[in-house]
Order: sequence, then C-alpha cells, then structure tokens
Amino acid sequence: MNAPAPITAAAESALVSTRFTVPGMRCAGCIGKIERELPKIPGIIAARANFSAKRVAIRHDPALDEDRLIQALRDLGFEAQRLADNPLGTETEERKRLMRALGVAGFGMMNVMLLSVSIWSGADGPTRDLFHWLSALIAMPVIAYSGRPFFASAWMALSHRRTNMDVPISIGVILAAALSLYETIIGGGHAYFESAVMLLFFLLAGRALDAEMRTRTRAGIGALLGRMGKSASVIGPDGSTRRVPAAELEPGMLVLVAAGEALAADGEVTEGTSAIDNAMLTGESAPEPVAPGSVVHAGAINLSAPLRIRLTRVAEDTALAEIARLMDEAGQSRSHYVRIADRASRLYAPVVHSLAALAFIGWMMAGSGWHQSLTIAIAVLIITCPCAMGLAVPAAQVVASGALLKRGLLVKDGSALERLAECDIALLDKTGTLTLGEPRADIGALDAEARSLALGLAQTSRHPLSRGLAAALLREGVEPAVIDNVRETSGIGLTGRWQGQEVALERPEDTAQSLAARLRIGDTAQTITFADPLRGDAAATIAALQAEGIDASILSGDRSAPVDDVARTLGIFAQAEASPQAKLAALESLKAQGRRPLMVGDGLNDGPALAAAHASIAPGTASDASQQAADAVFIGEKLMPVALAVRVARRTMRIVRENFAFSIAYNALAVPLALFGLVTPLIAAIAMSLSSLVVVANSLRLARAAQENAA
Amino acid sequence: MTGLAFLIPIALGMGLVGLVAFLWSMRDGQYDDMDGAAARILIEEDEPLEKDA
Repeated sequence: MNAPAPITAAAESALVSTRFTVPGMRCAGCIGKIERELPKIPGIIAARANFSAKRVAIRHDPALDEDRLIQALRDLGFEAQRLADNPLGTETEERKRLMRALGVAGFGMMNVMLLSVSIWSGADGPTRDLFHWLSALIAMPVIAYSGRPFFASAWMALSHRRTNMDVPISIGVILAAALSLYETIIGGGHAYFESAVMLLFFLLAGRALDAEMRTRTRAGIGALLGRMGKSASVIGPDGSTRRVPAAELEPGMLVLVAAGEALAADGEVTEGTSAIDNAMLTGESAPEPVAPGSVVHAGAINLSAPLRIRLTRVAEDTALAEIARLMDEAGQSRSHYVRIADRASRLYAPVVHSLAALAFIGWMMAGSGWHQSLTIAIAVLIITCPCAMGLAVPAAQVVASGALLKRGLLVKDGSALERLAECDIALLDKTGTLTLGEPRADIGALDAEARSLALGLAQTSRHPLSRGLAAALLREGVEPAVIDNVRETSGIGLTGRWQGQEVALERPEDTAQSLAARLRIGDTAQTITFADPLRGDAAATIAALQAEGIDASILSGDRSAPVDDVARTLGIFAQAEASPQAKLAALESLKAQGRRPLMVGDGLNDGPALAAAHASIAPGTASDASQQAADAVFIGEKLMPVALAVRVARRTMRIVRENFAFSIAYNALAVPLALFGLVTPLIAAIAMSLSSLVVVANSLRLARAAQENAA
Repeated sequence: MTGLAFLIPIALGMGLVGLVAFLWSMRDGQYDDMDGAAARILIEEDEPLEKDA
C-alpha cells in the first residue's frame, strides 16, 4: 500500500517533494484512498499521509505543478493547501532533542538508582566506592547530555542579567554533580548522583510535555499570501495577453481575470459584469456583484464572467498584504506575555539561593568546616529544586488540552491556556463564527424530480449558492439528473435542457432577497431560499460565557441589518461594518482599559484582531491565516467548545495553583530538614519522586473535570 | 561478590539496549504519526476501497 514503485536512482534525484495540509482526512479510508489513488496519476511517484498532522507529502515529477496536485487531491474529495517548505521543522527538532534527552536521562536514572539502592541497603567499604565510581561514570555523561536544555536556557537568562526557572535548576544539578564527584574521589559516604539525574528526568518530562503541545504551532504568515493570485493576464496595448507574476505587476496595468481566477492585486473594474467571492477579505458569504467602476481586492475570486481590471495597488500595497502586516505587528505584543512558571520562579529563585547561602554561612559560623557546610548548602538546593514546580504547569496543561481535544477544541500551547483563563470579555464575529458561514439551502419544498434537476444544474457551478445547494442535496442522497447544454450566465444563473424542456436555476426577480435562487422547469418556477443559520448552541454558549463572568458582544464586518438581527436574537450588543483596522482598534482600546479580550472569529478580516486579542479562538472552517493567528481552533458545528475552553482553562489554572501551593508546602517542610543537615541522598530521592507523583496525580483530575463540564 | 562482575555489566547492557531501541525508533519516525498508525491497520490492502463503498 505504501511502497513506492521501484525507480532508478537517477530518476529519484530529479523528483521533488511537496507537502500539503489536508484537513479533511478523517479515517483510515482517507489515508488508503490518498496513498493508493495519487500514485496512479502520471508524474506522481508516491504519496504519504501523516494522519496526526493532517498532512500529505507527495513525491512527484517537477513538471507537475502545485495547482495540478491540489486539483488531484480535490478530485479525490479533499481540500488541500500547499504547506510552506519547512515551517514546523524547528519545533519538531526541539521536541526530538527533548525526547532524546529524556530517554538518556531515563536510562541513567534507572541504572544509577540500581546502584544507589544497594548503597542505601548497607553496602560499604570498597563495594560502596566501586558503586560510587560506577554511578559517576554513568551519571556524568548523562547529566552533561540531558542537562543541556537547562544549562543553555539558564546561560541565556544570566547573560541577559535575568533569571528564570532554569537558573536554580542548573546551579543545583551542577553543584550536586560536582560535590558527588568530590565525595567519590575522596571515598566519602554521600553521593547525590541519583538525585541529580532524577531531577533532570522529571524536569525533562515536563519540558517534553510542553513541547508536545506546541508541535502544531503557527506556521508563520506565509500561507496568507498564498491565497492571493500568483500571476495575472496583462493585456498589452495591442490587445494581446501575457502572464505576469504577481510581484512584477504595476499599478495602471490592465488585466483580464477569467471566471474562477483569484485576483492578484487590487484594482477597479473597467469592463464586464460578474460576481466576486470576497469571503477571504470580509467573511461575507453572499457573492458580491461587480460592474465597471467597482473596486476589487486581491484574494477575491471572480465567480462568473471575465472581467477587465485596471490595477491600482499591487504586491505589498494590496489590502491583503496590509492585513498580513497588521497581523504580524499585532502578534508581537503576545511574545511579551510572561508565563506563570517564569513568574513563579522570579519569586522563588532568590529565596532558594539566599537560603542555601545562609545555610552555608550559618554552618561555617557554627564551626563545622567548609566540607560539611557545603554539603548541607547543596542538600538545601537539591531538596528545594523545583522538581514538582517544573511539572506543576505542563502536567496540568497537557491533561487539559488532551481533554479539550476530545471535545473538538485544539489548543496550540500552554501559554494559550493561561491567557484563555484570564479573559474577561468576549468579542465574536458573526459570519462563520456565530453562524455556520455557508449558505444552507431550504430544500424541504422540492419534490424528487426538482431535487435531482437542481443538483444536476447546481453541481456544474462554482457559485457559493450553487455549492451550498449541491451540498444540501448530496447530503440527502439525491442523484443528479443528466442535463444537456448547461450554460452559466453571469449575474443570471444556469440554464440547460432536460427531456426537451428548458430548465434553469437563476436569480429571482425580487433582488431584495439576495440569498435565494429560482428553479424553473418548463413554465413552473419554485423559489429556493438560503439562510446562513446561527449555530444551534450560540445562545447557550453566550449564556455559558456569561456564567463565567464574560460579557459577549458582536464585532462584525458585515452590514448592520443582518448583524442587528443576530444581536437581537441573542440579546447582546453588536458593532457592525467594522473594517479589519476598526476591529484591531476596538481590541486595542479594550486592552488600554485594562480588559483582557477574547476574540472569536474566522475571516481574514478578523486576522489582526485575533493576533492582537489577549486570547483568540477560530473555527476549523476559518481561513488558514486566521487559524494560525488564533490560540485555539474548534471543529464542528457547535460553538460550545468556546465556552468550554474558557471553563477548562480556568480550571487548569486552579489546578496549577494547587500544584504550586503543594510544592511550596512541601518545600516548607523539607527545607528545615535540609538546613539542619538531616537530608541524606535517600531522603532527597524519596521526597523528590513523591512530590512529582502528587503533582501529576492532581493534574490528572482535570481529565475528569472536562468530561463533567461537557455534560 | 564476584557475581557483581557479571550482573552489573548485564544490567547496564540491558539498559543500553533499551536506550538504543528508543533512540532508533524515534529516528525512524515511529512517533511521528501515532493516530495514523492506529488507523492504517484498518486499510484493506487486497481489495480496492471502491468495491466496498
């Protein structure tokens, strides 16, 4: 099934690999279909699906271009989008490095512990010395390898004159290793190798969990501009056309845009009437009619008839590029967010280091010699080393994000959960967020014949209403009728002949009702209405948010009439006709007032607002750019995951605080023991693993909490 | 005590084998697509999908 056809080495070197994201891959059948059917296309050698990441890597002949491959995937029934060359490479590399370090630390911990247990059980004399030497032989390389992530991070912080969680960890581990080595060389009684290695193991487990969450992180903003047309047909003075790449277009050029083509630059229509799909920019689902004089933007798709357009703004100046720039800038503020673990360590590290220093000075003054004083100071450092603290945050967040994933919400990283928990006001986009974002046809009134004719006509068109109608009919299991001579006329509709009668699917005369189509069979006509219905649980979700103390309001780019309708239905405040800049400004002003807004939106016009909000959530149907800007993505027709996310995030932070409280209480008990020199390696090891287990067990309660919440 | 001369190298060797197996499986990409591996077992290799659709 997966084996590529055997090919020669020479041919192999000429092939290229292209990766696509294929969100529609949902079952084993999809994997099988993609991997079996794609290689049947000439030029495609192999396809490999990664189900977890919803990606497909295709090895193919370079002659086959991206559009052809996307078309091939679409023919199999999957929407696909090209993935930038290696956006996730660094993330994956970091995760792998942590996993390798964890494996090595695990190996070291088990073997050193084996030797330490014998020492604790009473081995002494030459046997103890031998075991200490063996432990040192295993532990030193393990610490040097597995400790690198901490040492590197601590060094970074110190060289910027800051401190973070890794500083006390690194100091503790290095001092413990050095002292143990010294004890081994002089044949002393206490070596703390197992404590040092165990500490690294538990902390690496926390880091690895954290990195695991981040593997699906934002892939940069490149995908956004991918939606813009990549080239345009420029009409020369002599009337001939030539393809010009988007980057080389200039204002003032006259371009011809065929039906179905995406615009590569902003401009003004000079000739032709058509309808354009502007959903990318405005989130509006109904197609917009354009005529000479209309302003059109890059990224819009021309739906029905060819247009001649005089370009006004190109490349970096287009409205789409402007949004990309706004998103990029708005996202910067988020990198200043300080995560709870680092906030805790800023308070914690100075206390621990002062205590250790005081212990050393105290015992020196008591006259017990520098060796014993140092041993006790290091015991203080080891016992207070934030082992449980390193696990306190990631353990809770991983359990919470796993539970949320089962409820249809994908949280990108731990910091997103922390920020979600802090939100105190919510702004929701209308189209595609509160509503489903796609026109749903009301086909109840159609009989079987009409249904089959409607499908026969609708499936030939790319118009959003036709697509919505075709989708609704296909869901009902309707078989399309065979219709001859189907023609699509821009702004009017589809006509064709069926059994000698003229049939048509066209725009109704009553144009006030924009979301409707008329099906005409011979002389009888029926109107099919479309609606973009509210998500079934929109009202319940808003009530649930209010129960958490979060007031919701609507912030939409749509016209006021439909926005006000929805606002009245839900009983909340609404702001309509907001441009991307206005949405961004609304969020900035809320933030200036000290509020922490949660933005929920899907359109590209929500992109800057999503990036600027304290936390943001996008539906799975959102544009890729919006999904990347958002902290979390929810899948399916329900809006409730949004409220659930806030509730679980808050619960997670409560558990995290409990974990911290436990760690501090444990330290408050253990530190006096260490200060009085009563902590032996055995006690340190037991205390450390016990506290880690308690923290992990406490975090696991979240899995059940999310289930209860969902009910 | 002479038993230790055998037992300690054996214990270390077994630990090393485990570590090498873990590192190899990671390099081999066995953890790259955990959900996919679970789904792939359901793919019928002999019959094309179209038949049972």
